[in-house]
Amino acid sequence: MSYFLQQLINGLQLGFVYALIALGYTMVYGIVRLINFAHGDVFMIGAYVGFYALASWKLPWPLAIVAAMAACGALGMVIERVAYRPLRSAPRISALITAMGVSLFLEYFTSLRFVFGPDYRAFPRPFAVTSFDVGGVAVSNIQIIVFAVSTVLMVALTLFVNKTKTGLAMRAVSYDHNTARLMGVNVDWIISVTFGVGSALAGAGGVLYGIAYPQINPFMGVMPGLKAFVAAVLGGIGVIPGAMLGSLIMGVVETFTSAYISSTLRDAVAFGILILVLLVRPAGILGRPTREKV
Amino acid sequence: MSAKQGRAGVIALLTALVAFTAVEALILAGALNLYWQQIICLAGIVTISALGLNLIYGYTGQFSLGHAAFYGIGAYTAALVTRSIGGRSPVGLLLGLAAGALLAGLTALLIGLPILRLKSDYLGIATLGFGIIVKVLLDNSDAVIPAMGGSRGMSAIPKLTSFVWVFPLALLAVVVLRNIVYSGIGRALKSVREDELAAEAVGIDSTRYKTLGFVIGCMFAGVAGGLYAHLFTFLHPSNFDFLKSIDVLLVVVLGGLGSISGTIVAAVAWTFLLEGLRIVLPPAVQDWRWVIYPLLLIIFMLVRPGGIFAGTEFRFLRPRK
Repeated sequence: MSYFLQQLINGLQLGFVYALIALGYTMVYGIVRLINFAHGDVFMIGAYVGFYALASWKLPWPLAIVAAMAACGALGMVIERVAYRPLRSAPRISALITAMGVSLFLEYFTSLRFVFGPDYRAFPRPFAVTSFDVGGVAVSNIQIIVFAVSTVLMVALTLFVNKTKTGLAMRAVSYDHNTARLMGVNVDWIISVTFGVGSALAGAGGVLYGIAYPQINPFMGVMPGLKAFVAAVLGGIGVIPGAMLGSLIMGVVETFTSAYISSTLRDAVAFGILILVLLVRPAGILGRPTREKV
Repeated sequence: MSAKQGRAGVIALLTALVAFTAVEALILAGALNLYWQQIICLAGIVTISALGLNLIYGYTGQFSLGHAAFYGIGAYTAALVTRSIGGRSPVGLLLGLAAGALLAGLTALLIGLPILRLKSDYLGIATLGFGIIVKVLLDNSDAVIPAMGGSRGMSAIPKLTSFVWVFPLALLAVVVLRNIVYSGIGRALKSVREDELAAEAVGIDSTRYKTLGFVIGCMFAGVAGGLYAHLFTFLHPSNFDFLKSIDVLLVVVLGGLGSISGTIVAAVAWTFLLEGLRIVLPPAVQDWRWVIYPLLLIIFMLVRPGGIFAGTEFRFLRPRK
């Protein structure tokens, strides 16, 4: 039983990191219907900014997270402005291919020697790792920080989307660009903000990932990015609580598969569940099924 | 049938024959080393696989991000067949390719029947998931069939693929696809792409046609995979991962969705561009190859979002009136 609980905690830790990535995916998809494949690489950039903040600039870890969020938020807005905005009226597949191009560019550009370099780097531990015994289950201070930071960010995001004027505009744009524009919403700016906020969350996720799984390289974002996206779909894409729920499920399933079945099969199980959920409930767990109108 | 278009077809076939003879003569004369022969063959293989995806996505409108999985199924099946037959007979390759195509098609049928109910991005994600599952299974395949090598890769596959095989098969793929696309089946496929509900309303069984397009397209990938296995004589699960599916999708979109001409041109251009960059760039900046390539991709998409042949065809590929 305590082994089970231990794995559950480990799974939730992974799930919370996925959630921070998945939120950006789901927000961007909700507002421009684009699978932003470059999002996982923005997460990677976040981890590297965290790495430099901790290792070179010797910042305390909360500031490293802030720095990563700022850098990634700006990067997300630049990517949107340069690569996606010109394609807004083009076929959606063109934007998808462009997103793939941006993703490859970020991976290979940062692999160059004078940028981050292609090698694995050890992520510095900003504090000594201790663990607490909670009813027979070991909870480390890293896990507490991952849970706490992600929860704070998610609550902040939920408040931002539901209570502020910008959040209202975001929800309006995600329903209908043209109607929102008629209501006086600056659609381009709102889309830009959405990319910025989503990317900032991924940046925070990158630093937390680095602290929790201390090895980073320029391709580290590919698999977590894909899985976070799948988690967003699982929960219901475009729905913010859905992305959180889907991510936690994804993290826990993956950890349990590694613990109880085989770590080499964990991706197969995770994606198998995705296909099953899509077949039963195509809109995702919390997604609203859409009726087809004739 | 207009005489003009009929003549264009004859001229195209003659041109193909001349091109084939010329390249084969160069190979026999030793003017093209093994490296270039491989690149040329690869261009043909990519063409076959991409034509399959074009049928699925370009003509039938079913978004697939898992094409490489069927490519991989074809590759491993064909390799297992030729290895168990032994020897280097062309009959073995033929059997291997047929088996690869059949198994890829059968898998497509089994997976397609449930998941083709999904639409657009959701279908893309489901096929992406399927592709990742296949890759994980290939990684663990040695537990069931030791010859497949699992994550160590499958080696000792006889080198049977050559230009003499690839070119005629690619040509066959073009002719088959062209004939499907301009037949009644092709019209049904395109109607499903344009509007599934409207297609249903005029009596087209959309499930049947979506599955048909998907299965045939995946069989193309199976054949291409079989050729690939016997060209490089070594297979590794990472040759068939998610990025490889994206590569094929790239070729189809760059060429122009629903354009056979576009797919051919893009497949050849894409293969040669990647290799060309390797030659053009001095050794010191080889790392930049993968930086320049996505930049070219982004710029191309921004300048020409509809692809090279946005909705048009070479004359010999147009339907006869």
